[in-house]
Amino acid sequence: MTLDLFLQHLSNGISLGSLYALIAIGYTMVYGILRLINFAHGDIFMMATYFAFFGIVTFRIPWFITFPLVLVLTAGLGMGVETVAYRPLREAPKISLLISAIGASFFLENLTIVLFGGVPKPFPAPKLFTDVVQVGAVSIQKLTFYIPIVTVIALLGLMYLINKTKTGMAMRAVSMDHETARVMGININRTISFTFGLGSFLAAVGGIMWGMKFPQIQPLMGVIPGLKCFIAAVIGGIGNIGGAVIGGFILGIGEIMLVAFLPDLTGYRDAFAFVLLILILMSKPTGILGEKTAEKV
Amino acid sequence: MAEQKRRNQILTTVSILLLLGFIYFAENYLDLYIVRILNVCAIYAILGMSMNLINGFTGLFSLGHAGFMAVGAYTTALLTMPPAVKQQIFYLTPLIKPLDQMNLAFPLALLVGGLLTALVGSMIAAPVLRLKGDYLAIATLGFAEIIRVVFTNTQSITNGALGLKGIPALTNLWWSFGTAAFTLVVLLSLINSSYGRALKAIREDETAAEAMGINLAKHKTLSFVTGAFFAGIGGGLLGNLLGTIDPKMFSFMFTFNILLIVVLGGMGSLTGSIISAFIVTFANEYLRFLDESINLGFFVLRGKVGMRSVVFSATLMFVVLFYRHGLMGSKEFSWDRLLASRVCQRMQGCFKKRLLKGGYDQ
Repeated sequence: MTLDLFLQHLSNGISLGSLYALIAIGYTMVYGILRLINFAHGDIFMMATYFAFFGIVTFRIPWFITFPLVLVLTAGLGMGVETVAYRPLREAPKISLLISAIGASFFLENLTIVLFGGVPKPFPAPKLFTDVVQVGAVSIQKLTFYIPIVTVIALLGLMYLINKTKTGMAMRAVSMDHETARVMGININRTISFTFGLGSFLAAVGGIMWGMKFPQIQPLMGVIPGLKCFIAAVIGGIGNIGGAVIGGFILGIGEIMLVAFLPDLTGYRDAFAFVLLILILMSKPTGILGEKTAEKV
Repeated sequence: MAEQKRRNQILTTVSILLLLGFIYFAENYLDLYIVRILNVCAIYAILGMSMNLINGFTGLFSLGHAGFMAVGAYTTALLTMPPAVKQQIFYLTPLIKPLDQMNLAFPLALLVGGLLTALVGSMIAAPVLRLKGDYLAIATLGFAEIIRVVFTNTQSITNGALGLKGIPALTNLWWSFGTAAFTLVVLLSLINSSYGRALKAIREDETAAEAMGINLAKHKTLSFVTGAFFAGIGGGLLGNLLGTIDPKMFSFMFTFNILLIVVLGGMGSLTGSIISAFIVTFANEYLRFLDESINLGFFVLRGKVGMRSVVFSATLMFVVLFYRHGLMGSKEFSWDRLLASRVCQRMQGCFKKRLLKGGYDQ
């Protein structure tokens, strides 16, 4: 393998990893605050691409207006899912919550099939992003550079929000202890709702860029990325935002490199993430950055 | 008390005889469509019960059922297909050596399928059962996906994405209902034994159960492997009922359907799973009109493909949100409870009144 080719794979891996990281953050934040795998997260990501499609293709809104609109709509959708499917089950056993999450996920998928049809649609990527540039002997889409940049900007914003603002402080408090946070005067429901909105917002950022990178959208496109990003969050240590980013990059780069170096295993690409997950869970169940916790009686 | 017990025994015997009569009638006189649905009902009952053992009785939230079914279905199908058909189907890459000539009797093939699935289950159990809650769910889901991906890629054993066609239609009502009854009896005696009580203790509180001297790893593995065994048998029956199987069939969607049955019937109630398996399967067929257009004569109501699935996922959420204990909760069906129920009491009341009235007329 030549250096050029390797660099091309690496840049692909980094941009895929950035996308995984953006979606994984949504999982990790929700898990941190509710101890719940938000199975619907992958479908919220899918809905974001459909919103963008309808904005640009159906309503002919220019992309620079559509994209911010999509981010807001998706955040609203995430909050809506939380209100309908998770809020009534705050006091219920964990399994009920998990089943409700799976139900919400399938509901969104099937609703999309009914409303928009199961046939894949082309994602209307603006020309600005899909242009190809020559770097030495390698030709790379401009998008491949934009994705990590946007991801870094989004991450810096998120870090600021969580560490420096009052809302972020409330989120951290709720994720530590619901009861104590409530006693301190934090509105639990509003904080959880905000967390869902924030996670969905980032998923929408990821979704738009995903749509431009892999310009074909369909109702079940969120399932596999959703599972993989959850795995990324577990690998990094669930509940830990830095961990989700690391996990996303490990998964993205690892996957691309697996296909690049061992083309025979291309068919097993989707299994790679699961194998990695099981290896991690067996050796270090709390993930790379996760802290060890013991169950108290 | 003794009288009640005798009454229950009589009622059970009568209903078993009625069921046998019904199966004979259905197998010989009912049309194939209904027979097929009844078969699917019984198979879903088997799958629901086996998942209930793992999820409802032991409290292990496992989402790997589709993978187990796939193993069972492929094994049974490969063992029952005649060699000539195999040669015809495996035109891309021939089937590996001993399998291409093998041809077993159906019950033997089912048993081998179940045992192989149990073996796979026990191999998965070792790493997975150290995990809890969500981690367990995602790891079992991961294993099911891995099984599916492996089956898509092992062209020389499973025929890859093309799947298997021309599987002999050996599943009939005797087999499906018989296996369902066998599953019910085995699982009932399991959960009523000391092992079953240990499983329920693990479900209620793992730490407390361990403190009482219950070997967690052993009991969890027992539950998981038994569940896998019956899932494999259910998968085998399904494959030989449908005639064609491919890896796509055994996606997470399938596990979700079984989960719906378990939740609707009540986590921790075997008879609940059976009842809801029948309800869900029949509803699934009945609601088919949602996917098709209905002609009301003067007005055509356009159906939408996928509407049925929307209704189903909404139902699951509705059940979980508002009716968490399902149809049966964690109770099993019993004649005493049925006869003591309000509907039954009223029916008995009406019956007696009618009799008395008849008496006065004379």
